[in-house]
Amino acid sequence: MADNIIIDVNGLTKKFKKITAVDNVSFQVKKGEIFAFLGPNGAGKTTTIKILTTLLQPTSGRINVNGFDPLHQQADVRKSFGIVFQDSSLDDDLTAYENMEFHAVFYSVPRDLRKKRIEYLLKFVDLWDRKDDFVKTFSGGMKRRLEIARALTHHPKILFLDEPTLGLDPQTRNHLWEYVMKLNKDEGMTVFLTTHYMEEADKICDRVAIIDHGKIIKQGSSRELKQATNTKTLEQAFLKLTGYSIRDESASSTDIMRQQGKAWGRK
Amino acid sequence: MGAIYIMWLRQIKKYWRSKARIISSLAQPILFLVALGVGLGPVFQKAGDGNYIQFLAPGIIAMAILFTAMFTGIEVIWDRQFGFLKETLVAPVARTKIMLGRTLGGATVATLQGVVVLLISLLIGFHVSNWAYFPLALVFMFAIALFFTALGTTIGSGFRDMQAFPLVINFIIMPLFFLSGALFPLNDLPGGIVAVTEVNPLTYGVDGLRYCLTGLGHFSVIADILVIVIVAIIMNVIGSYAFSKIQV
Repeated sequence: MADNIIIDVNGLTKKFKKITAVDNVSFQVKKGEIFAFLGPNGAGKTTTIKILTTLLQPTSGRINVNGFDPLHQQADVRKSFGIVFQDSSLDDDLTAYENMEFHAVFYSVPRDLRKKRIEYLLKFVDLWDRKDDFVKTFSGGMKRRLEIARALTHHPKILFLDEPTLGLDPQTRNHLWEYVMKLNKDEGMTVFLTTHYMEEADKICDRVAIIDHGKIIKQGSSRELKQATNTKTLEQAFLKLTGYSIRDESASSTDIMRQQGKAWGRK
Repeated sequence: MGAIYIMWLRQIKKYWRSKARIISSLAQPILFLVALGVGLGPVFQKAGDGNYIQFLAPGIIAMAILFTAMFTGIEVIWDRQFGFLKETLVAPVARTKIMLGRTLGGATVATLQGVVVLLISLLIGFHVSNWAYFPLALVFMFAIALFFTALGTTIGSGFRDMQAFPLVINFIIMPLFFLSGALFPLNDLPGGIVAVTEVNPLTYGVDGLRYCLTGLGHFSVIADILVIVIVAIIMNVIGSYAFSKIQV
């Protein structure tokens, strides 16, 4: 693996009982790059992220994250990245500060550094004055900002963002990308993201890979993709490559659960 | 160590903050104490078994622990559905530690709940025969709590949604509670029931607790403590395994 490659994936395949979610996928992400996976629902984006972040085991293929193998060096891989999941992974019953503190302890951030970093990061995402409020009182955008701050507490080399701007208003989205780009520029942090918003990918990513039915169809810079498909925007290029049919994703157990949760008066 | 502590602390904080939950989970044991203890008291007395509140209170304390422990264990489903579980599972911390922190936290909370029910039963007329045994009573409470928190975690690890709750209440919690000697003495029971109570771990927890608080016991207190501690350890090993198999 070349020195400047931080994520190296070769022939990655993940099969669930009947379906092949990720089918012989290969790609590389360079250090300090902003790289995006673009694809319709059910294309295999989240599955790939879960494998890279040790949450799922691949059926076959070679992977390397920050010099480590997610299968055999889980702890080292886990220390290397921060992640913001598609849906919230905060504890609503704890305050913003407590969520940060929990993360810092889990990642063994030394006690004397903990306070300083948490303060710095909460100020960075403009949540310092709300630090003692319960997360359940936060809006979707605030939660997402808090998750980003939390993911950075242990100074990861790679930041994974799984559809970080889903359901956010344009102001918050803008704000959020500014943070991400600033981190990428100032700290040289590698960012791996997935998104449905093509203009956003076009604006902030160095390179993108278009994935559909578990396979990478094309990868390169946004300009290269537009040239190759002879289109004007990344969205047109995307549609040309992946087709116009609508993908159905069945309601996940999470959605069902959330409804029940509401009915039980929990949230 | 830090990870176990912060998981434990989280459980305590969540418990302490949900005042509504504390109160509602105390309502049921109090209802049982008052309705059964006072209502069936005269019958019990006539049958020649003495003061029913005195007999019943340790059983109801165990019941409060059973419910609280089971539910804090099974709340791993909530953690999964509301996403927080993912945050813990991608962290560089062994799953055994996460499970252990959760279980210790849940067991602590359940034990506290048991102590509160003990205090309430003192108000209703229960009296502790010898306070020197109180520390041992706490050990019993904690062992019962550990067993059921781990059982709850095991069940919670296998379910994806709330469907598990009614199942667990009707098919696990209620039978375990009613067939544990919490409500009636184990002497002179028909053989079938005896067999069931003897394989129910809660029976030994209740019996040991009753011995510590009132001086009355069915089995020897040594047997009680051995059984409940050993099953608690075994259940925690099973729980750790189930928890380590969770995929999100």
